[in-house]
Amino acid sequence: MPDRAVPPVRPSARPARDTEEGNVADTILEMRDITKTFPGVKALQGVSLEVERGQVHAICGENGAGKSTLMKVLSGVYPAGSFEGQILLDGQPVEFKDINDSEASGVVIIHQELALSPFLSIAENIFLGNERSTRGFIDWNKTNLAAAELLERVGLKDNPVTKIVDIGVGKQQLVEIAKALSKRVKILILDEPTAALNDDDSAHLLDLIQSLQVQGITSIIISHKLNEIKAIADKVTIIRDGKTIETLDMHADEVSEDRIIRGMVGRDLSSRYPEHEPKIGEELLRIEDWTVHHPLDASREIIHQANLTVRAGEIVGIAGLMGAGRTELAMSVFGHSYGSGISGTVYKRGVPIKTNTVSAAIDNGIAYATEDRKRYGLNLIDDIKRNVSGSALGKLASWGFVDGSKETTVAGGYLKSMNIKAPNVSVSTGKLSGGNQQKVVLSKWMYADPDVLILDEPTRGIDVGAKFEIYTIINALADQGKGVIVISSELPELLGICDRIYTLSEGHITADVARADATPEHLMQYMTQERETPVNERD
Amino acid sequence: MNAISSAARYLTGQLRQIGLFIALIVIVLFFQLTTGGITLAPINVSNLIVQNSYILILAIGMVMVIIAGHIDLSVGSIVAFVGAMAGVMITQWGLPWPVAAVLCLVIGALVGAWQGFWIAYFGIPAFIVTLAGMLAFRGAAQIALQNQQISPFPEGFRSLGSGFLPSFGTTGYEPLTLTLGVLASLAMAFFAFRGRAVRRKYVLEDEPFAWFIVKLAFGIVLIMYVAFLLASYNGTPIVLVILGVLVVVYSVVMRSAVFGRHTYAIGGNLLAAQLSGVKTKRVTFLLFVNMGAISALAGLVFTGQLNLASPSAGNGFELDAIAAVFIGGAAVTGGIGTVPGAIVGGLIIGILNNGMSILGVGTEYQSLIKGLVLLAAVAFDVFNKRRAAASRK
Repeated sequence: MPDRAVPPVRPSARPARDTEEGNVADTILEMRDITKTFPGVKALQGVSLEVERGQVHAICGENGAGKSTLMKVLSGVYPAGSFEGQILLDGQPVEFKDINDSEASGVVIIHQELALSPFLSIAENIFLGNERSTRGFIDWNKTNLAAAELLERVGLKDNPVTKIVDIGVGKQQLVEIAKALSKRVKILILDEPTAALNDDDSAHLLDLIQSLQVQGITSIIISHKLNEIKAIADKVTIIRDGKTIETLDMHADEVSEDRIIRGMVGRDLSSRYPEHEPKIGEELLRIEDWTVHHPLDASREIIHQANLTVRAGEIVGIAGLMGAGRTELAMSVFGHSYGSGISGTVYKRGVPIKTNTVSAAIDNGIAYATEDRKRYGLNLIDDIKRNVSGSALGKLASWGFVDGSKETTVAGGYLKSMNIKAPNVSVSTGKLSGGNQQKVVLSKWMYADPDVLILDEPTRGIDVGAKFEIYTIINALADQGKGVIVISSELPELLGICDRIYTLSEGHITADVARADATPEHLMQYMTQERETPVNERD
Repeated sequence: MNAISSAARYLTGQLRQIGLFIALIVIVLFFQLTTGGITLAPINVSNLIVQNSYILILAIGMVMVIIAGHIDLSVGSIVAFVGAMAGVMITQWGLPWPVAAVLCLVIGALVGAWQGFWIAYFGIPAFIVTLAGMLAFRGAAQIALQNQQISPFPEGFRSLGSGFLPSFGTTGYEPLTLTLGVLASLAMAFFAFRGRAVRRKYVLEDEPFAWFIVKLAFGIVLIMYVAFLLASYNGTPIVLVILGVLVVVYSVVMRSAVFGRHTYAIGGNLLAAQLSGVKTKRVTFLLFVNMGAISALAGLVFTGQLNLASPSAGNGFELDAIAAVFIGGAAVTGGIGTVPGAIVGGLIIGILNNGMSILGVGTEYQSLIKGLVLLAAVAFDVFNKRRAAASRK
């Protein structure tokens, strides 16, 4: 497999820099002291950002650092007044009430999930909400001609009447950019533009972003892929925990990927994690050569020949950036709940097992607690006891009828042992806080009594106190001789509770690191590593 | 003072449940007054039960389908098709009617299996599949009957729809009916007290004792009142016994059988149910098989009652059944609803039909009023939910 095709840096393609002529830097956008608070969370705390005209400015940071929030503030998704701070465009203060407002000023954001209407044509999508019309009727000639011109600018040769469903994701991304161009964009914001693209499409897109520079369009790009940032960005601003850490000039200093990583993760591990002495036994679960394809696009590989083992009493972490395939890996193992064309073998205590339906996976002692508990984990309109018994109702039933008293006793037991804060087990789960909902999900799977638990983002969206409780529960599960796999976006969390950590990058397991050898910088390097042969740190 | 306000708060929490019964009582009293006492006359109450039985039977199957987040538009056509097959089997093939009845239930289950297959395993929305079924089985009924009506049916078959349990005693109150009423009341009291005792044991009881007694007394008075009315006419309609058995069985299934619980889980959050290992496809399939069999039973009852198999039988039954379910408090989005709620909803529609017919209201106004009642019931639901959501914040 060839290395990711990153477009070569071609100095000629870049606009001449003003500095030679001694001009003062020409700032097109300035965000000053932006603070954005959500109930209970300070997402951004005094973030400042300065972007120069005609540059490609990258924004880097861990998942949840506040990058997307900052861009939503800039593009008017969060209207003026819902945050503190000032936005200056061309030196003038602006207040965007909504997206239309920001687009009128030439600020256009392209979201990670594309917002195109699948059954409309390319041209219709480009001019959606901005139709080329004469006296209230759409002028199709004008529409298609104008669309064709825009398509040429983004290097797309398809006919403008082609429907969106009939073109690939890469081309759809280009249509989004054409749509932005139709709005006379000055500042183009791209949120993880290559996350869903294959190598060729990514290379093409990055090329295009550079060619837009020549057309005088400033781009702000949010990306996890450090090699891409290195290749096309003029400057990079690093955000961590809702604060600006630093802005690096990619030309002035020789900025290495390590340098960026240090900025992204540089923080202390405090004692937010309970002490735990692991008692590791024999191998429980082994996944071999696990390959998964995208459920709709069978040619896209989401997981590539992953190998992974979990032993009794062991807590194993999976680290990876957004889009690396962490959840996809877990869900494909758990009853083939994700993906198509799945191949590979799952072994339980050395014996191959079938996990191709959820009930088969549960019967074989595997449990998966989802990262999105509201969507995939709980029946929010039903009560605690029925959610707790949900995956093991058979244990409570005789002759097909559920023993309600036993169910209440079981759920009541978890209410106490898990310290779920609710008056009784008849309270509907929709009324509980995030931490307590998570405890209900964990109770559900503990009652199913699996041998291996896969916990996907077990502490997402819950407060520090509840996190500590969840870590304690995870340790207790390991001490019972279960194998636990923890998927998390938070490196400190993985370093705090796991005995061993796998790193996942673009569907490849890039390393298998024992806790003693792991540092955040180290892991981040493997998480952003391009496709190479797996490195086994433990040998 | 405090007790009163806490009682008031409790009652407003139960507004939906109470509201349904209050609506039923208000409607009954309204017609009782405007029809000059005909509504609650023994013969009319007996007719009311008999003439609405097939809608109530359909509503039981329909509420289960709707709880799972689906819908079934084909039940009216299945009623016609099964009635037609019963006619063909009994009068043309000369099969004994009990054999024909069992075969008809099997046919209903097969029809349900056919639709369930496309919905559960092929992934076509239930609305489309059952709309197709509505057209197709109406056609099948016409073909089976060659667009003729079949009549008459044997006595035994007719009694399924319009017969009464044998009566003892010739004058005054019929004793068997009264006995059944007393037994039903005792059973109701027994299970109510037992349920309360269990809930108290697990400290789940938040229902004030006074309210518990009021509810129970209301239920018993209602049962005994209806029993007296029926006893002073012809006794217990056979179809009421069928209906009673269905209500009890399916209430228990929906409340405490694994199958029923999986149905609620699917409607409440399909994805979560799938990831909890619920065999969602199989449950959906079986729900439609069940709906088909229940439609067949309604078809037998209806055909027996009319003593006629007609190609146009059951027209619009699906809409009455669906309306009954939603008036009875089920949610369009699935996951919410009860069998008793659907029955009360069906009774409300039945009494509206009956009362307006006695008053001589034209069918055009009947339809108009039923439509408004359905809208009002669901609007009340939505209003209630919003209020509850607002008070939580």
